[in-house]
Amino acid sequence: MSFWTRHQIFEKNSIILVVGILVVIAIGGLVEITPLFYLKSTIEVVDGVRPYTPLELAGRNIYVREGCYLCHSQMIRPLRDEVERYGHFSLAAESMFDHPFQWGSKRTGPDLARVGAKYSDDWHVTHLTNPRAIVPQSVMPGYPFLAQTEVDPESIADHMRTLRTVGVPYTDDQIANAAADLKAQADPDNAGSDAFGKRYAKAVVRNFDGKAGTPTEMDALIAYLQMLGTLVDFKLYNEKANLR
Amino acid sequence: MWFLASVFFQRESAMSQPSTLKSMTIGESGLAALFAVTAFLCVIASAKALDTAFAFHAGLSAAASLAAAFCIINRYFDRPAALPPAEINGRPNYNMGPIKFSSFMAMFWGVAGFLVGLIIASQLAWPWLNFDLPWTSFGRLRPLHTSAVIFAFGGNVLIASSFYVVQKSCRARLAGDLAPWFVVVGYNFFILVAGTGYLLGVTQSKEYAEPEWYADLWLTIVWVVYLLVFLATIIKRKEPHIFVANWFYLAFIVTIAVLHLGNNPALPVSVLGSKSYVAWGGIQDAMFQWWYGHNAVGFFLTAGFLAIMYYFIPKRAERPIYSYRLSIIHFWALIFLYIWAGPHHLHYTALPDWTQTLGMTFSVMLWMPSWGGMINGLMTLSGAWDKLRTDPVLRMLVVSVAFYGMSTFEGPMMSIKVVNSLSHYTDWTIGHVHSGALGWVGFVSFGALYCMVPWAWNRKGLYSLKLVNWHFWIATLGIVLYISAMWVSGILQGLMWRAYTSLGFLEYSFIETVEAMHPFYIIRAAGGALFLIGSLIMAYNLWMTVRVGEAEVQMPVALQPAE
Repeated sequence: MSFWTRHQIFEKNSIILVVGILVVIAIGGLVEITPLFYLKSTIEVVDGVRPYTPLELAGRNIYVREGCYLCHSQMIRPLRDEVERYGHFSLAAESMFDHPFQWGSKRTGPDLARVGAKYSDDWHVTHLTNPRAIVPQSVMPGYPFLAQTEVDPESIADHMRTLRTVGVPYTDDQIANAAADLKAQADPDNAGSDAFGKRYAKAVVRNFDGKAGTPTEMDALIAYLQMLGTLVDFKLYNEKANLR
Repeated sequence: MWFLASVFFQRESAMSQPSTLKSMTIGESGLAALFAVTAFLCVIASAKALDTAFAFHAGLSAAASLAAAFCIINRYFDRPAALPPAEINGRPNYNMGPIKFSSFMAMFWGVAGFLVGLIIASQLAWPWLNFDLPWTSFGRLRPLHTSAVIFAFGGNVLIASSFYVVQKSCRARLAGDLAPWFVVVGYNFFILVAGTGYLLGVTQSKEYAEPEWYADLWLTIVWVVYLLVFLATIIKRKEPHIFVANWFYLAFIVTIAVLHLGNNPALPVSVLGSKSYVAWGGIQDAMFQWWYGHNAVGFFLTAGFLAIMYYFIPKRAERPIYSYRLSIIHFWALIFLYIWAGPHHLHYTALPDWTQTLGMTFSVMLWMPSWGGMINGLMTLSGAWDKLRTDPVLRMLVVSVAFYGMSTFEGPMMSIKVVNSLSHYTDWTIGHVHSGALGWVGFVSFGALYCMVPWAWNRKGLYSLKLVNWHFWIATLGIVLYISAMWVSGILQGLMWRAYTSLGFLEYSFIETVEAMHPFYIIRAAGGALFLIGSLIMAYNLWMTVRVGEAEVQMPVALQPAE
């Protein structure tokens, strides 16, 4: 029986055809994806990467909601021009708590993986409200409505609980104080700032949008942008130990 | 509305036998009851929703469920006692209603999706068009565009054509009575929920898989029913062999189900809110995403539309498929190799090198089955090339395969890491996608609709072949403008990013590269506008075909395509 005759078993039995398809399409995915869950070299060993603070998390959700990832990547490639333009190339460890990841696929605007601490809060407020006020040639949409919308501090604990279930190591302490921490991070005069700082290493406490009262979406988004890429201290990072 | 209803439902009362025993089928009563319960639950969910988007979607679902229950009961009262027979006088009694509905929706979503594409292309050229409002900004409209053209336009073409091809090539009536209607209407409801969600900021931010958890769950149900209807029709077939187009449709349906389930597991923050967090994180999420993303291209935009090629080109050219053996190799090689190609979207990222290399290797290999398929499609014209002069519909189908060949050469080339280091993150990728999307998927879909609409509505032919010709040339010009603008802007931007001065400094700031894109963004928008105009001509042509076209008296006897 020739190969072509044998193939008729697929052409005459729909269920065998479906099983054949399933087997053939399963192989590639299994080989490429499964090892990423158990190979130790997949994610570098790094100090400093922590889960997002409640305010940063709220900001990140705005970043996702507005589709920022469609024009901004958060993944610096190890190419000379990118490292010089944006900073150290991105590590897998830096996005290990990202559900979902925000590496992006297009740079209509610049990469944001290390935009944190690069510009002032004022710069961000003006730029997000009207990008062309600061960068005349920019094609970015303006987001003036962010400054007018308050963030709901009460619901953020539920978000952190959900993230903990999918693998982000939030502590009970962090979840219990979520609402207070969210307000404290945008209010330097808040009594809870010290306790907040202990719960989240390297977290910046500032009045990001410069306005008093409950944090706005502008506060949250800027808090998120200002922490991007700042967690790993590359002076202490052991490049050789993590060579892959 | 009355017109639409009369267009989709051909009353079959003439053929019914007078009978006094009329009762609801289990499907009718069960589904009506299920929809009634769903409507009730959705009202409660809407009232208790945590966010307005969820409340809106729950309300929408309640209204849709009520309408569905009403339609099922109303249809029961209107229909004759006996369900439509599978055969009439020994000929299969094909079910064309769901096909007509899906074809109509395809044309509607197509025009809408192209229009949104033109809007976002213009926003990149003239940013004030964002209007600084949440629901009109680029970030929310872009998923609306991609989902509208890929899943709404492309998806409806695939569902309509697959239901058409599976019936004709199996010589059997579509399985199920309500099930095919559930698939086509349910799928379009998914599109409605997904699309309105994007405008309201509901997204899980995974490209081409943006809909949130409840839309994903609904799509899963619809898709399983789709698979069952398709498979059951194949099982009922009167032909010994399963026709090659149906292999591709099956691979498309089965694999999309696997990809959808693999990429989308997510935990909602609350069952009464729209926000969820995807189970995968960081690097694993990236890999899952592009395993999904690239195979949405491979199985939705390629395998499914190759099925269209394998049925409609031979049918229209009235020639058998060039090589049966090539189609076997094409099929298995394509579906085996495609699945591996995902990591080429993650070259030079934090994804381990071994995965990137695997992805690149298989992407390059993928060139071979892709061109095997292209050759099989083009060579089917052997002995019928003269028809390209006289039949603009066939010309559209053939040019689509040529575009397929072009973008499946470009794809493997761009997956080579060195090339990718230049092309990634730039408009070159956008240009590549659109040579495939406009040239291949768009044209093969237009060709299929131009064939299928007269066939499904029982018309002698199209209202005007001349208009098809106009559509063809306007759209082709649009594509050429679009893809050449994106090639130039992409390569230009890539080169500007890496340009150094003689002193060793980066030559251009980022914003200088943005500024340099401006003329190309205008040319691209012009190309998109031409493509949109072409589709409006098509919509008019198809509308007139259905409304004023002469009815076909007898089914034509055409050559049987080889299997």
